[in-house]
Amino acid sequence: MSCRCDMIGETGLQFYGKMTGSMSHEIKNALAIINENAGLLEDFTLMADRGMPIDAGRLKTLAEKVIKQVQRADGIVKTMNRFAHSIDESVKNVELDETLKFVATLSGRLASVRGVTLEVESGASPVTVATRSFFLENLVWLCLDFAMDATGGGKTVGLKAEQTENGARLKLTQLQGLSERTTSAFPGERETALLDALRAELAIDERAAEIVLMLPRDIGQ
Amino acid sequence: MRVLLVDDEEELVSALAERLRIRGIDADWVCICYDAIGRVESEKYDIAVLDVKMPKMSGIELKRRLEEKCPGMKYIFMTGHGSEDDFRAGSSEAGTAYYLVKPVKIEDLIEKINEVLND
Repeated sequence: MSCRCDMIGETGLQFYGKMTGSMSHEIKNALAIINENAGLLEDFTLMADRGMPIDAGRLKTLAEKVIKQVQRADGIVKTMNRFAHSIDESVKNVELDETLKFVATLSGRLASVRGVTLEVESGASPVTVATRSFFLENLVWLCLDFAMDATGGGKTVGLKAEQTENGARLKLTQLQGLSERTTSAFPGERETALLDALRAELAIDERAAEIVLMLPRDIGQ
Repeated sequence: MRVLLVDDEEELVSALAERLRIRGIDADWVCICYDAIGRVESEKYDIAVLDVKMPKMSGIELKRRLEEKCPGMKYIFMTGHGSEDDFRAGSSEAGTAYYLVKPVKIEDLIEKINEVLND
């Protein structure tokens, strides 16, 4: 029996695993905070049983912390759910500002661990293309993963979408360290496979400190 | 016994420290790795409890830095991995380290602290 390696499928699974793994860590943190604050509430009631007065202000603060973490975990679960559904349709109309914001949200903790800030610059009017949403999210992540090591001292990656005559371009900006990175390995096989699937092109502009993705207006079915 | 807790989640690490203090353990906390390095230069701790994934520096890298400053200090890792097996598989340091999976039970943390100090 032969095994045919599906580059896009494998890359997609790696992307899915990386993002859900990161988000599950964040949910664990929210649960851990809820756990400790619930534990403190329990400690205070045990102390009250032994005659120590309960500070109502402390109880209120602890309750507020629990509510805040429940909201945080709920937000992460909503993001995970939206991510899961981005595979539902093969080709659909995608608002690129929203895609950039979404990928920045997905990769927020991974960026934070690397000490990098992600800044999405919203355009004056929406930029929309018909494309494969999940593949595009995957490609933006791979570019971002590379870009986060190319920020130089600035430690910030800017993301923005612009309309072009034949479609749109996505820019990853403020990459002052781009010239210091060996760019021969980027784009690699995975990025190239996704670029082909999206009928997109990638350019690295060291002078402008940018990575530019050119997308067609409609990739067709 | 003095314990230093390090985790970038301030609300977690402050609550854990308070719960340890309620149980008679002298515990301090910081939520920035570099603050931990500064803290051990001015204070003496018997044990450091470190989150594994933190911004700018992992708990494993922080342990290496702290070991240079405090050769005798002992360490426990707290991890957000799904299980202890996942942590072992994901870290070369894990095989020789003490660790707990979040959310941490306070009794388990105290038991682990005693275990590490008696090792």
